[in-house]
Amino acid sequence: MLAGLLISLYVFVLALFVGVEIISKVPQMLHTPLMSGSNAISGITVVGAVVVAGRVESPVSTVLAIVAVAFATINVVGGFVVTDRMLQMFKSRGDKR
Amino acid sequence: MNQAPEGLLPVLIDAAYLVAGVLFIIGLKRLSSPTTARRGNQLGAAGMLVAIVATLLHWEIVSFVWIIVGIIIGSAVGLVLARSVKMTAMPQMVGLLNGFGGGASALVAGDEYLRFAAGTIDAPIDVQTTIMLSVMIGAVTFSGSLVAFGKLQEIVSGKTVVLPGQAVWAPIFLLAIVALAVWLVAVPPDLPLYITLNVAALILGVFLVMPIGGADMPVVIALLNSYSGIAAAMTGFVLSNNVLIVSGALVGASGIFLSHIMCVAMNRSLSNVLFGAFLGKVMGGGGPAALTDGKTVRDITAEDAAILLAYARGVIFVPGYGLAVSQAQHQVRELSDLLQARGVDVKYAIHPVAGRMPGHMNVLLAEANVPYPQLLEMEEINPEFDHTDVAVVIGANDVVNPAARHDTGSPIYGMPILDVDHAKNVIVMKRSMNPGFAGIENELFYNDNTRMLFGDARKSLTALIHEVKAGV
Repeated sequence: MLAGLLISLYVFVLALFVGVEIISKVPQMLHTPLMSGSNAISGITVVGAVVVAGRVESPVSTVLAIVAVAFATINVVGGFVVTDRMLQMFKSRGDKR
Repeated sequence: MNQAPEGLLPVLIDAAYLVAGVLFIIGLKRLSSPTTARRGNQLGAAGMLVAIVATLLHWEIVSFVWIIVGIIIGSAVGLVLARSVKMTAMPQMVGLLNGFGGGASALVAGDEYLRFAAGTIDAPIDVQTTIMLSVMIGAVTFSGSLVAFGKLQEIVSGKTVVLPGQAVWAPIFLLAIVALAVWLVAVPPDLPLYITLNVAALILGVFLVMPIGGADMPVVIALLNSYSGIAAAMTGFVLSNNVLIVSGALVGASGIFLSHIMCVAMNRSLSNVLFGAFLGKVMGGGGPAALTDGKTVRDITAEDAAILLAYARGVIFVPGYGLAVSQAQHQVRELSDLLQARGVDVKYAIHPVAGRMPGHMNVLLAEANVPYPQLLEMEEINPEFDHTDVAVVIGANDVVNPAARHDTGSPIYGMPILDVDHAKNVIVMKRSMNPGFAGIENELFYNDNTRMLFGDARKSLTALIHEVKAGV
């Protein structure tokens, strides 16, 4: 069990370094889309919520799980769509849409 | 966690998660240039789709009904929010979405605890620990983000709200929560205590964000964003799911990095932003009153300002939150088109904390179709003010206050600013002489080369457009 936790920690720490490395290269002009885009990625908990909602166990657990799936999906869908809306506006020349 | 079955399925799902993780990383990497950014975001979305589809194959799933219900509700709400939000309201939108993510993490961990309490699964100490972390961080993120949203949306007072003695009891409250979590791990499952922990963490989120002023909310949102990432990673530890861990870490890193950038741009420490109010170290007061004593500001009519602009060789616009408030981004663009048609060289100077979150001005001006190469960051544009005829400050204040350069007594001393006072002429568009959020007098307004154009930014700009069109 502890070995498994250690592997998880490895993955976590390495991903942190990758994250800092990539994100420090994003220019200031794109920081707002970066924030909303990475925020959408944090909606990855939807994966956990989906598993929980798929087990049929107790009514309480099911209600919790539906709310969890809905919350996480709002985060994912809202985050990616709003980021796309912002990014499609960035133009290098003044051409009209 | 139930034991994974033998066979290919678990391997397949894990492989799909790896693909999703790689797509997230490549997607974020493409965000480093505006030409590839949109594609990058789409790759991220594709990664999410891969992860969700792979999860549907999970062996523990016996019914899809509730999953579909949840996804439909979530997608509908998410789409409506994302489509209807105004670009000016982007900071609170990110805050709100973030709150939902944190809430979801807390709920998933809560469900694991319920199964543990019901005896369905056995949770060793390490799993229980991550459940507690996930719940605490998730709940704080949820309630804290909602308060941050409320403050930016002006549903909740944007002022710092400090309860009496908060400096004393807040740390005690935090310690009590941690102690409760440790106790919960040590004893057999105890649902009432567990619910108490949830409620306490929700309350903590409110108390942590209430004392922070509305203008500092972006730092809080970036930080809460990183919390929701870390909460997702903790949930990953609970479910031993690597894609959760990887994406959680990526988001955690991005949030911490962005809040750090904002603090540097304001020349404040993160702890000053977060705890300044109830530790009594908040900035304000003092101020360079002596510097402005006996001086008066001079105003300018739209007509005269238009002449100044139309016959300038170079003009630099300096947008601030006032531009966002009056939704004047389209008017700026129209005015700059007119000026450029007359041969004036037009640029925009973007301060790292102009607006309500980093890059907010870029988004607003992009919405108005301003080409992004015209938008220059502080380091690039500062040397150019010296040979610029007119700098036009639109609803910005503290980020152009020269006191930050030389007045050691000023609360904003040391904060990097835009050197607009170096331009030959400065036009400041401002609603009134009220000082900015920091409550500091701005000596720029009293300079000999500064003229004030009072009024709502959009109205002033419309008047300027009219005058320039009338053929000055």
